[in-house]
Amino acid sequence: MTPAVQTLKADIPVAEKGSSLWADAFVRLKKNKLAMLGGIIVILILILCFIVAPILAAIGWNANEQDLANRFAGVGEKGILGTDQLGRDLFMRVLEGGQISLLVAILATCMTVTIGVIYGGIAGYIGGTLGSIMMRIVDGLLAMPFLIIVILFRELITGHVDVAAKFLIDDWGWNDNTVLRFANLIPLTIAIAGFGWLSMGRIVRSSAASLSKQEFVEAARSLGLSHTRILFRHIVPNMLGPVIIYATLTIPSFILYEATLSFIGLGIEPPNSSWGKLIQEGANFLETNVTVLAVPAVMFSLTLFAFNFLGDGLRDALDPKASKD
Amino acid sequence: MLKTILSRVIQTIIVVFLLVTFVFFAVRAIPGNPFASDKATSPEAQAALEAYYGLDKPLPIQYFNYWKNILTEGDFGDSLAMKGRKVSTLISESFPVSLKLGLLSLALGMGIGIPLGIVAALFHNKWQDYTAMVVAMAGICVVAFVLGPIFQLSIARPLSWLNVAGWNRTSDIILPSITLCFGVAAYLARLTRGGMLDVLSQDYIRTARAKGVPTLQIITKHAMRPALMPAVTFLGPAFAAIITGSFVVENIFLVPGMGQHFVLGITSKDYNLVLGLVLFYGILMGIANLLSDIALILMDPKLRTS
Repeated sequence: MTPAVQTLKADIPVAEKGSSLWADAFVRLKKNKLAMLGGIIVILILILCFIVAPILAAIGWNANEQDLANRFAGVGEKGILGTDQLGRDLFMRVLEGGQISLLVAILATCMTVTIGVIYGGIAGYIGGTLGSIMMRIVDGLLAMPFLIIVILFRELITGHVDVAAKFLIDDWGWNDNTVLRFANLIPLTIAIAGFGWLSMGRIVRSSAASLSKQEFVEAARSLGLSHTRILFRHIVPNMLGPVIIYATLTIPSFILYEATLSFIGLGIEPPNSSWGKLIQEGANFLETNVTVLAVPAVMFSLTLFAFNFLGDGLRDALDPKASKD
Repeated sequence: MLKTILSRVIQTIIVVFLLVTFVFFAVRAIPGNPFASDKATSPEAQAALEAYYGLDKPLPIQYFNYWKNILTEGDFGDSLAMKGRKVSTLISESFPVSLKLGLLSLALGMGIGIPLGIVAALFHNKWQDYTAMVVAMAGICVVAFVLGPIFQLSIARPLSWLNVAGWNRTSDIILPSITLCFGVAAYLARLTRGGMLDVLSQDYIRTARAKGVPTLQIITKHAMRPALMPAVTFLGPAFAAIITGSFVVENIFLVPGMGQHFVLGITSKDYNLVLGLVLFYGILMGIANLLSDIALILMDPKLRTS
């Protein structure tokens, strides 16, 4: 019996199997070699930072252990990529810096998607005056200088988070190192996401507005479904494409913002380090030891490249009309 | 046209007003106060300082006074951290520096980015296109604080006549502006390519080709103007961003521009300086957007009539 079924399946011509939007998109994505390369590099970097680094840390490779006798060790002399100005293992420092950079960017992107989908979805679905007022607010916020607002917003939240962190350490007896690490990371993430969701909101609104005029929404309405259900069960799943594309392109821009802020000293602070912080420290030793700057700079640029190529490739694959062919 | 200008002016006023309001209350809500860093000062002296700068009054009155001083006397207040200096002096000293740097890098960026985008579009899906787009992506990904040190090391060190950092000689503008221009060039190249590809697929271009118009003339006479529209739309915000966002480059090359004042103003909680800069940026951004609006109207006959 079994072989018969198998032949039956094999007999169906490929074209008649029907292919979903996603399968089509994947076929197109596979043809785009740069995007595939970007995707592979993204996965490799994520594995390195979030799986390999914790394992290495667990077996005793320390990113913060100073070894002043071995400052500026060359590549291969001590550790894999040598050591920095305080004799710390550069390889581990770059991986742990990457953890923070990626964590901030990915967390902020998740918040961006959540806020953008809810706000833009509602604005697009209800439309009318209220919808356009909601988008006017977004336009107004978009007209503000992004970095300045983010810096201010971060400073503003930092004060409150510090109070909460002190409370957690003193009254609840939490591990102060962990709490302080997060106390530095959270305000930056919230500040970036707090003003970074605006473009996402716009994109979601325009697709929600065009989707809500379609027949399946009318059908859902005639079945008596509630607005919330129509919006989140019928409209939102249909705009996953643009949301995913834009989220992939948002991550590198957030990595960049985080690094910029850390570079000028208004972002990640010790005991945390991020790629921006490492690049800033490395720039001080530019003339004598280039590796201290080069290693984080290369990792940082490579990550941006990979995410951007992947995002561009996804856009071309999921939305062939938008790509200029 | 008048309608567009008017609506842009109104929009700018609203944005600047909201921006200043938000920043006014936000900087004051940041924990700490501007005089806490003067360690030697006693509480009495601090109170006296606060009274001198009017910081002891209730917030709404401070807010009202701030606008009153600006609107009636054009006074942005005194710097709280750099005692004895007015915010307006600090801005008028540093703005020309930022402006010079911004304009030069914008010009360089246009000079590199637009031709690159046109070449990419003309050789669509050929190696020239791929090369141009990889170069453009490099301009976006290899950002200023990576490029800056590379240039310092590879250009300024071997050339003895070029300073690695500083702002004393005319030649000191070269490295920061090169560093800044790459990002602009990259975005412009991508936008120009997109615009050009759109235009080149239009019927009237095909007609021109069929008539036997030489390719160069098709580009310069027929395709160029509409193809540059997306790039021009980008230039307005980019100009404002290049001045606001140049604090990284100013930091690397020790350029005495507005960016350093902003970072210092935030860290030392110099309320008046931060507010003055934000107000200035807001107006600048409005002007830049207005200029790009006007350019778009002049370029596109459709916008002119509607």
